[in-house]
Amino acid sequence: MKYEVVIGLEVHAQLSTNSKIFCTCANRYGEAPNTLTCPVCLGMPGTLPVLNEQAIHFAIKTGLALECSIRRYSRTARKNYFYPDLPKGYQISQYEDPICYNGKLLIETDGKPREIGITRIHIEEDAGKSIHGMGSGTGVDFNRCGVPLIEIVSEPDMRSPAEARAYLAKLKQILKYLNVSDCNMEEGSLRCDANVSLRPMGATTLGTKTEVKNMNSFRAVEKALEYEVARQTTVLDEGGRIEAVTLFWNDATEEAVLMRSKEEAHDYRYFPEPDLVPISVPEAMVETIRGQLPELPAARAERFLKAYGLNEETVRILIAEVEWARYFEDVVKTGVKAKSAATWVTGEVLRVLKEREAGLDDFPVSASRLGELIRYIEAGKISNQAAKKVFETMLTSDQAVAELIEAAGLSQVSDTDFLETIIREVLAAHPEELARYREGKKQLMGFFVGQVMKKSKGRANPKIVNQLLQSALESD
Amino acid sequence: MTISEFLERVQNAEPLNAFISVDETDIREQAKEQRKGMLGGMYVAIKDNISVLNQPLSCASHILENFVSPYDATAVKKLKYAGAIIAGKTNMDEFAMGSSSEYSHYGPVKNAINPEYVAGGSSGGSAVAVAAGIVDAALGSDTGGSVRQPASYNGILGMKPTYGRVSRYGLVAFASSLDQIGIMSKTVTDSARILEIIAGEDARDATTVPEPVPPFSQNLESQAGDWKIGLPEEYFTEGLSTSVRQAVDTQVATLKDAGATIVPISLPHTEFAIAIYYIITSAEASSNLARYDGVRYGFRHESDDLLEMYNRTRAGGFGTEVKRRIMLGTYVLSSGYYDAYYDKAQRVRRLLQSDFSNAFQSVDAIITPTTPTTAFKRGEKMDDPLAMYLNDIYTVSVNLAGLPAMSLPVGTDEDGLPIGLQIIAPAFKEETIFKIGTLIERLKS
Repeated sequence: MKYEVVIGLEVHAQLSTNSKIFCTCANRYGEAPNTLTCPVCLGMPGTLPVLNEQAIHFAIKTGLALECSIRRYSRTARKNYFYPDLPKGYQISQYEDPICYNGKLLIETDGKPREIGITRIHIEEDAGKSIHGMGSGTGVDFNRCGVPLIEIVSEPDMRSPAEARAYLAKLKQILKYLNVSDCNMEEGSLRCDANVSLRPMGATTLGTKTEVKNMNSFRAVEKALEYEVARQTTVLDEGGRIEAVTLFWNDATEEAVLMRSKEEAHDYRYFPEPDLVPISVPEAMVETIRGQLPELPAARAERFLKAYGLNEETVRILIAEVEWARYFEDVVKTGVKAKSAATWVTGEVLRVLKEREAGLDDFPVSASRLGELIRYIEAGKISNQAAKKVFETMLTSDQAVAELIEAAGLSQVSDTDFLETIIREVLAAHPEELARYREGKKQLMGFFVGQVMKKSKGRANPKIVNQLLQSALESD
Repeated sequence: MTISEFLERVQNAEPLNAFISVDETDIREQAKEQRKGMLGGMYVAIKDNISVLNQPLSCASHILENFVSPYDATAVKKLKYAGAIIAGKTNMDEFAMGSSSEYSHYGPVKNAINPEYVAGGSSGGSAVAVAAGIVDAALGSDTGGSVRQPASYNGILGMKPTYGRVSRYGLVAFASSLDQIGIMSKTVTDSARILEIIAGEDARDATTVPEPVPPFSQNLESQAGDWKIGLPEEYFTEGLSTSVRQAVDTQVATLKDAGATIVPISLPHTEFAIAIYYIITSAEASSNLARYDGVRYGFRHESDDLLEMYNRTRAGGFGTEVKRRIMLGTYVLSSGYYDAYYDKAQRVRRLLQSDFSNAFQSVDAIITPTTPTTAFKRGEKMDDPLAMYLNDIYTVSVNLAGLPAMSLPVGTDEDGLPIGLQIIAPAFKEETIFKIGTLIERLKS
């Protein structure tokens, strides 16, 4: 039978606030275990949580970017369960009345736009991290405990694993534009769980869903969902029934294994958190945050198309990452043509980033230095080919651009006397081609230009070579 | 009082079992400094569910055995600034759950007037430490009467401030939406001075309120004619002992003779108070006590299996009454039961709150007995939790409504056991309570 795939995602993003959500401990990744803790985040007896306002701002910012309604009064709630990485024995989260609800996100699959509903966004605290295999037992690092999270829950609107991946990628792009999260899936600052079900094509009710956890990359999300769709298809085709279970994706074996059966599902005994007062969000606050929203990817794409006259594909690449777009505009600001800036960023810069598997944060060539290099090209002082060589040296040296060009002996030769000498030599060395040219084989022009460039070791200014060659070939 | 006097009193009163820990070295250190400030040199004992930096914090529970607090509760920090000497940690019902101070890992506290009788609870140790003259005052905690009832049983004053008035930071949570630190003292003036010091908004407790703290101790005088006082009919019915009723009636008559207006009022939802109190407090407690899991501190029953470690640690670490409440609370929060119990209790709680706000439309304060009877014999109700719970019948509504109230002594019964009278005021009107309390003190002498 043909089935329709129904997928909804629950995405957790760690907010990059300065401090944790309920205490003043710094919110940082990668420190020595248990160095970013205090009596509050360790759940010492008698301590109380105090809500970090920056976390609320970030949640509202995200909500507005995803076209959500923002609740004037929302409540926190306790989610009760026991686990060693959860010091209080409950997680402070939101249950009824999340801070943002009823939004949407536009994605594109196979060139077609699709609207994915956002059910809700709520804030909560992260748990610590168990460290297994420590001598005799398991240790717990509480540095992550109390790091603010938003959970973004989608409607079951995705119809394929590829669509789920596209949604996740788009969501990540927006969170990065908003600068509310690092969105690093490997470090766990962006995490994704999926609800998957199948139903006969044309059916309107939902089938029994399973939950898939532990997908730590875009690729894993797509792989795991493909796996689960195939598994459910087989079960249904063989006349079986889908059990509402939770599965754990193993990226190494590319298998989803049973984590919790339906019977083992937790009763979290949610109830309103009595230690915190309701979160009040005045209309004025929402409007202030709305006013401060940065330009989002869709608006930026439109502006790039119009303002810079770039083609759609180039724009799509440039805006994919907020820092690429920013870098591109910084290069343009140095006074070079937008097209050359775009060519260099989407070409050389991205090539190097990809090779290094790095971001622009620690990229050695600043936008202003790249701009300077491009200006030398535009002024005809260096060829494009030569500039690429200089660019390579700029990756490891912060010497002045002019000096690097000089040192590499790559400055372009525009001296007509010198170039005329080379041209005479080239014509003398190729009498046959010269004769054919004069008989009308004008295509040989390229051949002569090439020979001159070669003889000048690439340093001849091609424009001037063209002019000089033209007159040399036509005369006599 | 000198240190040696103090330590001698501690030693002499040892059979009462009022203290869990007294750190002699630390007290000598504190006394060395010139104690300046409003409470300079005052000895104040602290209930053992309130954090004092570098001192044990056991909540009278085996599960927190050997736990030493890494920080000061806000109220304790403020007491220290005001020059008080922190005089030790007092015994109590485990995690403040109980009305007799018999449910303690460290043994029962005995009544200061007659050691055959219970001290009341849960702040029994604090009440006895004050009543026996060991300390000048003490902090307790009051979730359903735990400051007022033991104060009443030992013939001292017990003040429970408005919810949100005193920071709960450092008070080990029992039922977060009702818990409030309270003051046990021998005079209204001491109570007013201490509240002045410990009250106020705290950045570490989101439920504290930015309400100005008036200089209570400077404004204690008033005339009986200034006051209109309500007597709720629901608090003077069957179950109230004759001796308590007579003592309260006599005091009310004295106030009336002095010029106060006394009017009958009704708080119609009173009959539901005990039921909703035990639902809400047990629900919150079941969650608040989840952190005692053996993972990070306190008692742990070692096991290679995580679930077994949890089970054995909590089975061995908590006492019977605490386990009873955790089970009750877990049950009422369970899916399928939440609406019928917890949610319904919260709705009735709002009705109870409006009972009080309606009453305060026409009166300045409400007077009731603090407890239906005087102290009962030790051991008498240990195995009858429901009888034990009924001790709180006149005090729990105040916590459910978040109001301030004080119990003050108004004589003794035929066995010489103290009787307490409760004054309840609107939220943040502690001043009214202190003024009427002063009036009663004055009329007595």
